[in-house]
Amino acid sequence: MRRRPWAIGFVIFLGLVLSGGGYAAATNVVQAEVSSADQVAEGRKLFLANCASCHGSNGEGAIGGPSLIGVGAASVDFQVGTGRMPGQASGPQLYKKPVQFTEEQISAMAAYVASLAPGPAIPDAEYLKTTGDDIDMTHGSELFRINCAMCHNAVGAGGALTQGKFAPALGGVTEKHIYEAMVTGPQNMPVFNDANLTPEDKRDIIAYLKYVEEADSVGGYELASIGPVAEGLFVWIFGLGFIIAITVWLGAKAN
Amino acid sequence: MSEVEKVYPAGLATNIQKPIADPGIEPHRVRLTDKSEKAAKGAEQQIAVMFGISIIGAIIAIWGFVAFPIADLADTRNNTLWMGIGMGLSLLGIGFGAVHWAKTLMPDHEVSEARHQARSNDESRAKAIEIIKTADAESGFTRRKLIRRSLYGALAFFPIPALVIFGDLGPQVGDTLKHTIWKKGVRLVRDSAEGGTAIKASEVTIGSVFHVVPENLKDIEDHGEKLNQKAKAAVLLVRVEPSDLKEDPAKASWSYDGIVAYSKICTHVGCPVALYEQQTHHLLCPCHQSTFDLADHCRVIFGPASRPLPQLAIEVDAEGYLVAQGDFTEPVGPSFWDIRQS
Repeated sequence: MRRRPWAIGFVIFLGLVLSGGGYAAATNVVQAEVSSADQVAEGRKLFLANCASCHGSNGEGAIGGPSLIGVGAASVDFQVGTGRMPGQASGPQLYKKPVQFTEEQISAMAAYVASLAPGPAIPDAEYLKTTGDDIDMTHGSELFRINCAMCHNAVGAGGALTQGKFAPALGGVTEKHIYEAMVTGPQNMPVFNDANLTPEDKRDIIAYLKYVEEADSVGGYELASIGPVAEGLFVWIFGLGFIIAITVWLGAKAN
Repeated sequence: MSEVEKVYPAGLATNIQKPIADPGIEPHRVRLTDKSEKAAKGAEQQIAVMFGISIIGAIIAIWGFVAFPIADLADTRNNTLWMGIGMGLSLLGIGFGAVHWAKTLMPDHEVSEARHQARSNDESRAKAIEIIKTADAESGFTRRKLIRRSLYGALAFFPIPALVIFGDLGPQVGDTLKHTIWKKGVRLVRDSAEGGTAIKASEVTIGSVFHVVPENLKDIEDHGEKLNQKAKAAVLLVRVEPSDLKEDPAKASWSYDGIVAYSKICTHVGCPVALYEQQTHHLLCPCHQSTFDLADHCRVIFGPASRPLPQLAIEVDAEGYLVAQGDFTEPVGPSFWDIRQS
């Protein structure tokens, strides 16, 4: 019997659903990870080799680096996971750079630092999803405007702070790292603990940020979203330039 | 010594015998389109192309409106973009075509009109003075003192009603600039459209920032009044290490275990100051870069603001919630001329 083309498509679809679903189910089980003593020991080794010169051999802090006691796994995961740590050079602010460690190594260091004292943990996956019926993006947008937009710009384009510091742009930052930044307050960012913004609030904020990152700008070309200065400069140069060119042409005699 | 007799030093002397020569009128330049029939044909075609672009622009505008119907807000982007481009081309095409037509093909006779003297001739001037004198004699304006003076009086009183009306254009400012709705015992609540929740001191961990309004703000029914009161009463609540605070002993009781509350309204021109850096304790105003040191009673350390942000004295009530000790002790927001007389 001759196979119909749609039958092949159906078989492929079924295979994808089964393997994808099976994978999701399996990883959900693994998600409930518990840091083992081995992991902490491995993390301590990495910490002594890479971090201790600034943060002290027991994470107590030293010249050039603050104490890490009580900063929690979330802080390590954010700082090392975005490449800000190990720090490149001292200055007003540490920059994002290529990540220096593998996922396992970061988890081990996070487990070690978390073992020093209780602190914010790496967020659960349920607070990092950006779609679902329980997500209220409008609420996230309101919270973002009240708590975050003054530094990070209304659509997360970032902005300047004092003396060379800046609030980074939030486009392209993973959901997990945004959550961790809110809960730990890296560098000069204030802390937004769970009593201020609940995990559900944080999830809504992240969903809003992911929406504006992907949605088209309603008002046309957004000029990097940096607001009235960029827009004003654009109009000054191109708008007025065009008007001046027309004026010159109007006043000129024909050849 | 008159101006004419005055002897000027050589360097400043002006030689009025040789003024700048009148360059006269530029010679007429014959246009290419007048010299060559081919060029004239070319210009004709260019003008037709411009009018044609105008027609195409109008079609683009109609197409943009039909092709991108506005179902939700995001659709306005392409709709307005193509309508705008189309209508812009349509109008510009007519304008450019008309100007190009006038410049290249319409007659280009050059006409010069010399300016006449601004001063009237003596005959006209004498006639004008004669008219004024006759009018004065006939009306008796100079002769009848009573009429003249009562007219002056009437003209002086005439604008006064306008002054009275303008003086009553709006409500008096009164002391609204000097007070907010903060009162003793009013809870600090989170800024939220639905009406925020109260904040416990234990929830404000070190490095935390809360954007705060007074709890009694939600009792104001009138929307405009609510916004006015919110604009004055908005507060930023921060906890820093108590040892980092440089507190004036007289104001030491205004904070609670490192938790401080400051007006969010910049003392320069009233922008919301809320860019807080938790390591440096700098509070930055985004409008003109005024920077306040939150750990030192919001002293101005940079920028155009002239006085520190007013501090809201806070304490904790029996249930552990943060409450105000009273209103701000000085006016919030931009300074005004009698600000000290509060």
